[in-house]
Amino acid sequence: MAIRVFLIVLLFLSFTNLTYSLYEDQVGLMDWHQKYIGKVKHAVFHTQKTGRKRVLVSTEENVVASLDLRHGEIFWRHVLGTNDVIDGLDIALGKYVITLSSDGSILRAWNLPDGQMVWESSLPGSKASKSILYIPKNLKADKDDLILVYGKGSLNAVSGVDGEVLWKKDFSGESIEVSHIIQSSDVIYVTGFVDSSKISVYGLNAKNGELLENNHAALPFGTFGELLSVSGDMFVVLDEMRSKIVIVHLRNGEISYNQKHISDLTKDLAGQAVILPSRLPGMFALNINSYVLLIKVTNQGELVLVDKVNNGAAVSDSLSISEDEHAFAFVHYGDNKIHLSVKNVNDWNHDLLKESIVIDHQKGKIDKIFVNNYVRTDRSHGFRALMVMEDHSLLLVQQGEIVWSREDGLASVVDVTTSELPVQKEGVSVAKVEQNLFEWLKGHMLKLKGTLMIASPDDLAAIQALRLRSSEKSKMTRDHNGFRKLLIVLTRAGKVFALHTGDGRVVWSILLPSLHKSEACENPVGLHIYQWQVPHHHALDENPSVLVVGQCGPSLSTPAVLSFIDAYTGMELKSLSPAHTAAQVIPLPHTDSTEQRLHLIIDDKQHAYLYPRTPEAIDILKHEFSNVYWYSVDADNGVIRGHALKSNCIQEAVDEYCFDFRDLWSVVFPSESEKIIATMTRKSNEVVHTQAKVMTDYDVMYKYISKNLLFVANAAPKAAGEIGTVIPEEAWLVIYILDTVTGRILHRMTHHGCQGPVHAVFSENWVVYHYFNLRAHRYEMSVVEIYDQSRADNKDVWRFVLGKHNLTSPVSSYSRPEVIAKSQSYFFTHSVKAIEVTSTAKGITSKQLLIGTIGDQVLALDKRFLDPRRTVNPSQAEKEDGIIPLTDSLPIIPQSYITHALKVEGLRGIVTVPAKLESTSLVFAYGVDLFFTQIAPSRTYDSLTEDFSYALLLLTIVALVAAIFVTWVLSERKDLQDKWR
Amino acid sequence: MDKGKGVMGSNARRWAVDFSDNSTSPSSRDVPDPPGFSRASIDQDDSTLSRQKKDAESNWKSQKAWEVAQAPFKNLLMMGFMMWMAGSTVHLFSIGITFSALWQPISALQSVGKIFEPYKDSRVELLGPKLLFIALNLGGLALGVWKLNALGLLPTHTSDWVSSLPPAQEVEYSGGGLNLR
Repeated sequence: MAIRVFLIVLLFLSFTNLTYSLYEDQVGLMDWHQKYIGKVKHAVFHTQKTGRKRVLVSTEENVVASLDLRHGEIFWRHVLGTNDVIDGLDIALGKYVITLSSDGSILRAWNLPDGQMVWESSLPGSKASKSILYIPKNLKADKDDLILVYGKGSLNAVSGVDGEVLWKKDFSGESIEVSHIIQSSDVIYVTGFVDSSKISVYGLNAKNGELLENNHAALPFGTFGELLSVSGDMFVVLDEMRSKIVIVHLRNGEISYNQKHISDLTKDLAGQAVILPSRLPGMFALNINSYVLLIKVTNQGELVLVDKVNNGAAVSDSLSISEDEHAFAFVHYGDNKIHLSVKNVNDWNHDLLKESIVIDHQKGKIDKIFVNNYVRTDRSHGFRALMVMEDHSLLLVQQGEIVWSREDGLASVVDVTTSELPVQKEGVSVAKVEQNLFEWLKGHMLKLKGTLMIASPDDLAAIQALRLRSSEKSKMTRDHNGFRKLLIVLTRAGKVFALHTGDGRVVWSILLPSLHKSEACENPVGLHIYQWQVPHHHALDENPSVLVVGQCGPSLSTPAVLSFIDAYTGMELKSLSPAHTAAQVIPLPHTDSTEQRLHLIIDDKQHAYLYPRTPEAIDILKHEFSNVYWYSVDADNGVIRGHALKSNCIQEAVDEYCFDFRDLWSVVFPSESEKIIATMTRKSNEVVHTQAKVMTDYDVMYKYISKNLLFVANAAPKAAGEIGTVIPEEAWLVIYILDTVTGRILHRMTHHGCQGPVHAVFSENWVVYHYFNLRAHRYEMSVVEIYDQSRADNKDVWRFVLGKHNLTSPVSSYSRPEVIAKSQSYFFTHSVKAIEVTSTAKGITSKQLLIGTIGDQVLALDKRFLDPRRTVNPSQAEKEDGIIPLTDSLPIIPQSYITHALKVEGLRGIVTVPAKLESTSLVFAYGVDLFFTQIAPSRTYDSLTEDFSYALLLLTIVALVAAIFVTWVLSERKDLQDKWR
Repeated sequence: MDKGKGVMGSNARRWAVDFSDNSTSPSSRDVPDPPGFSRASIDQDDSTLSRQKKDAESNWKSQKAWEVAQAPFKNLLMMGFMMWMAGSTVHLFSIGITFSALWQPISALQSVGKIFEPYKDSRVELLGPKLLFIALNLGGLALGVWKLNALGLLPTHTSDWVSSLPPAQEVEYSGGGLNLR
């Protein structure tokens, strides 16, 4: 009954508060937003004397941004689409930022000061090729400044003023792979290889693109890597054995070459050489083993070894500091420091700058360096260097110090998990409490003033400041409501960060040593992060830890890397490099005595490996041996297979932690009509409060709640591509709900004329999915709810009163309960990037769907809008039950964007974590930006709101007590007078 | 006290006042009655008068007891009216009325003995009024329960019992899915 009353109260609350909007002054109280740009690919400095100094960057997250050179803040930023990869960045006319993207097919100009787009031109082409952006100095065609773009197999000359294509030369007919564009007065030379052994040069008239000459020169051997320009007419390239350097000389279109063995330059080095892509006039850098050779090319085409640097890291492009002086920077490591040298290209013995910097080890090595100069007051040259680190962070170094740094690795979050904070220690000093009490009172008096509307504007500002920098929310201890947690994120660079949910600061970070490049592991990538140990009861003195699973390369057949990290300190506890691969990781619902969760890691040969590797874990698994199942989805062949544990592996080496599987079932989808495009399961840690759904007439529907359900969406093979490529008659979408233990298909439904992409979310007994309806030309969302009919006959109240029912006894999927599914579809305006559902501690609070829209915002949509019980005309009783009249489309209430005015640029995923307070759910959305907030889908019915005025309450109580006292005295006096009468 | 007793015991009494009431005992009547007071008449009518008075009192008592016993009936009517006014939706007012409708009969039933205490008499038959009182209060209680049920606050439906049941545990556990990446 209590539940009933509670639910009714809830219902009323949900009635009264249909919107969940935020007041303006509540922004930033519980949410935080961090802007990033990603790993920098290109950087161009813009440090004119007038105006603010800035650096323009383009990144691997397809961001083009202008950063303040003084503080590293973002002046402006544009996030291009995921397919719009930026290939080139430069400044034209001194006022436009030019970007070339999408394989050289889109050229855009952005206004330098404010980042507004000035023009955009599309440069179509047929052949995929390298794309080159070249902005020649002082090259004009009919007064237009030219921008030369090579992309999609053709060379385009684009006007810098308005983006108009002035002329175009198509190279797609020739088999040339263009690698360089060189300008010499009015002739443009386009050079490249044909079949990696024949150099071809085309000379074009810069005014109109007319072909002037075409020369070839065949090399007697193949080449390796790209042609590198060393000066206006000289190139170097390695031969295919990577043992010789070939110098190609181009003079007025004539090609000549000579070659030199690397061993002639330096005797003691052998190995695979690579030419570094730094552009230095008359020089180039060669990397062999860990050495960097700096080699000078004389005008006669002779090679001179200038310097040999051990532990060399990065070499910048050259920088023109005066008429014929060119400087460049290179860094090398030594005794825990980074040594940065800036040298003049022509004067090798003289250092323009030599500095040693200490950089945090967790930032790793230097990946790229960009250098810029400034003129000091004494007219000498000063240099600043922009460094891109191994963890994708960005540093600006000037005068031997780090001026600013940006953690841009956080723009490429791969996976997220959470961890609790340490429990608060006993013994808080008295002085602190008194201080707190005074502060507390002061704060509340201010708030009271605000409530009574007698606060001055200064007071209001003080109130707002007090609310925003509440020290309470950023403490490093666990709080009663469970709002403070650590978000542990794994980034693409293999770095793990712990972010505090209160203010989003980085608590610790670690560049995983196990994900470093090594000989055994060439291209390590971090894949997923799991909660490994979550101490609750009997292991509270232990720190929680997380497991990072990675593999040594992009393919599934490379060995796995496991790393265990302490969630409080960020130390790597241990790391394993097992011989097996990691195709799947299955966290089991069992923990050992130290609360380490058992994990099965399944390799590509279908063996399962148990972690942790302890005898206790084996005992636990043996106990549950027959109940552990595993299914695999083979999307390429359209097969879903179910497996069960069989026995220990039969291998040469005995490994008792390795198990074999036997195949139980398989579901084969007809490949000519269906292709798997999406699968979704319930979250394994989701908590469900009740198994019953109460209808309006007090009738009960039993939810079919099983963790072993899989939602599969199949599209017609023709319609698996993009929207608009097929006609509605050729497109259909078939959805299945499978039991992954028995392989039983619980529900199957076909949406005709619909196609993907499908985004789905599975929770409790329902699944909501989003797809495109080709006939209606609109996106749709559907809901399917599954109910257990085999329990429906539990209707006798007396059986419940006496406890004679079996509704809570364990159930097996093999009992094959009869289920029914109810579904309904609605139109939805937005296309969707991600869907999530709120999760709360006990699962009582009603649910909201969190929809990451195409506009990079997160929309909270009540689950009540996606309810198969909705009808056009609900009865009075149904209305009282909170059923909303059916409409054809789902409403988008502007106030229910939980990201309010902000955008989570490049949104990729949404994570929800329950707080301890039942009403509240923590939401973390990540993309290029990070956003965190707390939401309460049914309002905070279990706590007072943050702006509740305790002072007003206190004042009221005091006033009441005073009134009672006064009236008591008065009545006493009156009584006395009555008695005397 | 002991000390005083000892003193008293040993010494002869100096003076004494007899507080025993001897107004009714004729033997000790050494003070003449005031003029116009006739002791004989009182003594004479005493028995008959008191009997009459007692009869009247018991009559009055039983009458009063019946009245008290019928009092909940008015209450019942009023409650019924208020319940009708309160409507059938759950809100503060209707819940308050319903609970007071439940509480009043219960508290009345608890204090049946106390309510009929003043009318307790050897010659007054209180069983009838008490039974009526109890019956009427039970009626009130029933009305309250009926109202409670009408509001849907009684666990008479399956749904009331099932809502608090946690979902059943599953025997099997299955994991997996698409290969990583």
